[in-house]
Amino acid sequence: MDELPLGKEPDKLASYAVQSEYDIVKARQIARQLSKQFHMGIVDQTRLTTAVSELCRNMFEFAGGGDIVFETGEFEGHEALMISCIDHGPGIADLELAMKDGYTSGKGMGFGLPGAKRLVDNFHIESEPGKGTLVRITKWI
Amino acid sequence: MTEFLSEKRIPIIKMRDYLVVSIQVDMHDRLALELQAQILEEVSQTGAKGVLIDISVLEMVDSFIGRMLSGMASMAAIMDAFVVIVGMQPAVAITLVELGLEMPGVETALNMEKGIEMLEKRVGTKSQKNSKQLQ
Repeated sequence: MDELPLGKEPDKLASYAVQSEYDIVKARQIARQLSKQFHMGIVDQTRLTTAVSELCRNMFEFAGGGDIVFETGEFEGHEALMISCIDHGPGIADLELAMKDGYTSGKGMGFGLPGAKRLVDNFHIESEPGKGTLVRITKWI
Repeated sequence: MTEFLSEKRIPIIKMRDYLVVSIQVDMHDRLALELQAQILEEVSQTGAKGVLIDISVLEMVDSFIGRMLSGMASMAAIMDAFVVIVGMQPAVAITLVELGLEMPGVETALNMEKGIEMLEKRVGTKSQKNSKQLQ
């Protein structure tokens, strides 16, 4: 892939179904490749890749899997790379609690969501119990 | 798929009293846990006093791999082996701290050479102490 045109509407770059531990690796490799392609510095590449890894693991462990979508476009006046993790799992009943450092409902250590938030420029989460969760992280490029 | 994954075994090399492990692949979670178990098994079988883990080619350490590394250091310590992680890339260190992950009990060194020095110092003084006690 070469340089991609940026329009008002986000352009979809890639999407991937995360259904196994191996897919988490694959998703972060896509994140690394795209962040390189948009000439992010090495630290931002690592931040984004790590955030993707945390979100995909969350999705895999708590919802049994889901989809990750990579898009580019304009976001709050910045050119940005947007990554959405969408699952149809049990959802999160208390978002405020889930975003607290150290809070965990399962096997994790509770760094997934708040940790990923600190690594990106914008973090958006919506969840409905019984329906699923959407997490969208955005990094300026 | 399973066969393909198990082919990606990470080699553990024994050198004198130490084990040397160089992680050269992007590990998925199960592989990370397998590596942890393999290293502890090797420590038990060889009686190695130290383990050097080179992560200089790892482009990312997330909370799972971080937890695996610090868990292994604590487990090895109970088995009387000292773990040193060497070669962490600056970007990885920055990201780990921002992520909020603390790795208690994990000793690190800038590179392999410094890591070996660290192990020799640590393991060396320990065996000196032991021989003094014997006298």
